Amino acid sequence: MTKAPVRIKTLTIDGREVGAREDQTILDVARENHIFIPTLCDLPGLTAVGACRLCLVEVRGVNRLLPACVTAVAEGMEVSVSSERIDRYRRSILELLFAERNHVCSVCVTNGHCDLQSLALKLGMTHVHFPYQYPRLPVDASHERFVVDHNRCILCTRCVRVCDEIEGAHTWDVMSRGVDCRVITDLAEPWGKSESCTGCGKCVQVCPTGALSEKGKSVAEMSKRRQFLPYLTLMREARR
Amino acid sequence: MTIEDLRTIAENERQAQKKFQHHVCVCIAAGCLSSGADQVRDAIKKEVAEAGMAGEVLVKGVGCMGLCSAGPLVSVETEDQLFANVTPEDASELVRSIDTGTADLKHCDTAVPFFERQQKIVLENSGKIDPERIEDYISNDGYRALVTAITEMTPPEIVALMVKSGLRGRGGAGYPTGLKWSTVSKTGEQAKYVICNADEGDPGAFMDRAVLESDPHRVLEGMAIAAYAVGAQNGFIYVRAEYPLAVKHLKTAIKQAERLGLLGNNICNSRFSFHVDIRLGAGAFVCGEETALIASIEGQRGAPRPRPPYPAQEGLWNCPTLINNVETFANVAPIVRNGAAWFAAIGTEKSKGTKVFALAGRVANTGLIEVPMGITLREIIHEIGGGIPDGKQYKAVQTGGPSGGCIPEQHLDSPVDYESLARIGSIMGSGGMIVMDETSCMVDVAKYFMEFCASESCGKCVPCRTGTRQMLAILEKITAGEATAADLALLEELCDLVKNTSLCGLGQSAPNPVVTTLKYFHDEYDRHISGEGCPICKEHAASSAEVSQ
Amino acid sequence: MTDRKTRLATVWLDGCSGCHMSLLDTDERLIEVAKRVDVVWGPLVDHKEFPADVDVTLVEGAISSVADLDRIKVVRARTGILVSLGDCAVTGNVPALRNRFGAGAVLRRAYLENETLDAQIPRQVVPELLPMARPVHEVVPVDVFVPGCPPSADLIFSVLSDLLEGKRPTPAAIFG
Repeated sequence: MTKAPVRIKTLTIDGREVGAREDQTILDVARENHIFIPTLCDLPGLTAVGACRLCLVEVRGVNRLLPACVTAVAEGMEVSVSSERIDRYRRSILELLFAERNHVCSVCVTNGHCDLQSLALKLGMTHVHFPYQYPRLPVDASHERFVVDHNRCILCTRCVRVCDEIEGAHTWDVMSRGVDCRVITDLAEPWGKSESCTGCGKCVQVCPTGALSEKGKSVAEMSKRRQFLPYLTLMREARR
Repeated sequence: MTIEDLRTIAENERQAQKKFQHHVCVCIAAGCLSSGADQVRDAIKKEVAEAGMAGEVLVKGVGCMGLCSAGPLVSVETEDQLFANVTPEDASELVRSIDTGTADLKHCDTAVPFFERQQKIVLENSGKIDPERIEDYISNDGYRALVTAITEMTPPEIVALMVKSGLRGRGGAGYPTGLKWSTVSKTGEQAKYVICNADEGDPGAFMDRAVLESDPHRVLEGMAIAAYAVGAQNGFIYVRAEYPLAVKHLKTAIKQAERLGLLGNNICNSRFSFHVDIRLGAGAFVCGEETALIASIEGQRGAPRPRPPYPAQEGLWNCPTLINNVETFANVAPIVRNGAAWFAAIGTEKSKGTKVFALAGRVANTGLIEVPMGITLREIIHEIGGGIPDGKQYKAVQTGGPSGGCIPEQHLDSPVDYESLARIGSIMGSGGMIVMDETSCMVDVAKYFMEFCASESCGKCVPCRTGTRQMLAILEKITAGEATAADLALLEELCDLVKNTSLCGLGQSAPNPVVTTLKYFHDEYDRHISGEGCPICKEHAASSAEVSQ
Repeated sequence: MTDRKTRLATVWLDGCSGCHMSLLDTDERLIEVAKRVDVVWGPLVDHKEFPADVDVTLVEGAISSVADLDRIKVVRARTGILVSLGDCAVTGNVPALRNRFGAGAVLRRAYLENETLDAQIPRQVVPELLPMARPVHEVVPVDVFVPGCPPSADLIFSVLSDLLEGKRPTPAAIFG
């Protein structure tokens, strides 16, 4: 079977003309062209879910904001990745995340290596103007090598997806609704008792915050290694 | 099955029913059932048998008659009488006087606006036929549309008919049904699905439940016609598990239709096959959102995904999927039977046909009504609904459930159609209509709906998950009399954020009750944050303290 | 603006004093700063009452006790530009870790469970804890936020320099 030729679309992002394959998303193209669009749930190599809403962009002629991670490019599309309004929304969404659980950067294992923390800097979030919620959340250290601290989880579901799509174990999932949502292992068993977990640690490496970390790491010692993901994806595609 | 076979069944059924001099219909839909209608039916049957009138009096359980607040309802068709609040003890009186029609029971006047101002298409059989007997449905023109469609029409003709009728989705958003069908039909020959969304979840809304309980075959017929039109082979009805009677009637209906060859393989000896299955929802409001519903049928967590792709392109198991609401499907057979022009003649320019509403709250007649589009809110509330009881003042009507808005007196004359309701900040929604009088505090109402949305948010996207929680916290602060003007500003900011950045309709519309109450009842918010306090809240607090004492 | 020196105050609420240490870490640059400011109040100043007409106040620490609350209200009323200095002031940070458990649990842990001799929760002299430790801006309006645990000496110096030049700094600073 011969492959259908890939069509190329031309669009503009912030006034810059860029070319893209028709199967790419706005976020893909922006990344290729080194145009910054903030995201927390998206990670190349995993299915995009459009959950964090930080990558919302304006597209001319469309009266609502579109998530760049799941919006396919189109010919002649005019995209603005930044505006007073979008920047304000993005800061607010970040603030909502900081206020939702107990993110205390100064005592966190990923201090200095955290996507949430660095995005706050990048988007100019100086403080959180929503009231902090201070929920009481557990820490599960039952696994012999890893820890999950729900206080630092932003429910991006990268762990859920990497475990399902790359490792194929589907140990992680999400339970409950609304602010009561939690990432869980198996059917909300302690991680250490999970029978499906292979202990591969991919979830820890893709986690954007300190929610998932390796044991024995102290404050600011937990940096994440994500290089494996594009490599794995590449290998997998080559095998097909 | 041919059209002649269908006629024979209908004729036999009519003859069988004609043998009875009197038809006693007892509403056994959920509303009346909850007041013991099944016992009333059994008592009447027993009385009839004891009086030796079993050959003259037909006693049957039927679907919803509409005036739920007066249930259990019993109608005696030949005498054209309707009795309200019937008890099992009334059975003997009812049977005794059945010939004279002079029963000393509570009569329900049917020559009042509640009955006369309604126009029934969706509910035409409701309260008349036995929902558990397919023959009764067939004798009322049932399945004629399906058989006609399959034997005499091509799928494109049916799609064209739906487009021409102007029918729009009754689930709330009002997307043109014909256009949706057309999109699915154009996806080429492949596996496709038809889904009926019966995951009705708005507080106080029970339109879909009533239709499924009262006339399940109508929905199946609509789905089958849709499947034929778009080229689907399989269908699902996603209905909430909290509707056991609807599920029971649906299951019976599916079996009956399959037995007669109106569902299943090679319907009407054609190449068209259509199988319908039921899937029970586990009680998540968000599963009424189409992509979440599809995920739930697939066995996944019921969470929405971004659209596009729309289900019409990539739906259930990535196949093109037509998903419509119960009431939408219920409109299909009459349109095929009577033609697009007939349907398009009812309603307004952009909103055709009728709409079923569940009228609830502080209104004299609560229950289920079906009215032509374009009728005003005032007519619904003050004429059909009989106005506000106990001499109280009207304050607001909430349409569209947690996604809708509160409409004040000044907009009561606006017509009920998709665009007009949107213009005044509410939505048509699926048909919930809650009337409030002067004893309702509008901030409290907004808080109630926000609490609903916050706890029903699936938690996937940040603004809906935590934004609604923040809004709820502010509303709680306001009703507790602890808020300041800064809190009100923050609330308004969150309304804008959650509306514009949430992933699905639940989050995008969650601020609506707050936005409309802020717009139309701002003085009530001000009263809460000034030292003055809200007199209604104070009174409620006082009376609940009395109760607890 | 006249030649008058800027009246500068620094306040230490519920924090570890690390932000003040970081301020001192500006080292010899302090001499430059000192020429242009009058330090009218600070943790080591012996006045009992916060002075009036302060131009700039740097606040370190969260609002944890009744005393913090009283103090910040006075400070806000008498200050032109209020600066939340460091994560405790900006986010609540470590002092706010207790908010999940309540003040009672913290007091019990500190004064009863961990004490072997004459264990008792103090009721005099030590100010009463508020139910929640809160960031400064949740209690009074704040003009400038300088996050960091602690903010670096360079950051503090640049913020101070801007303020002394009459500019309103918007520091790009990282939490933690």
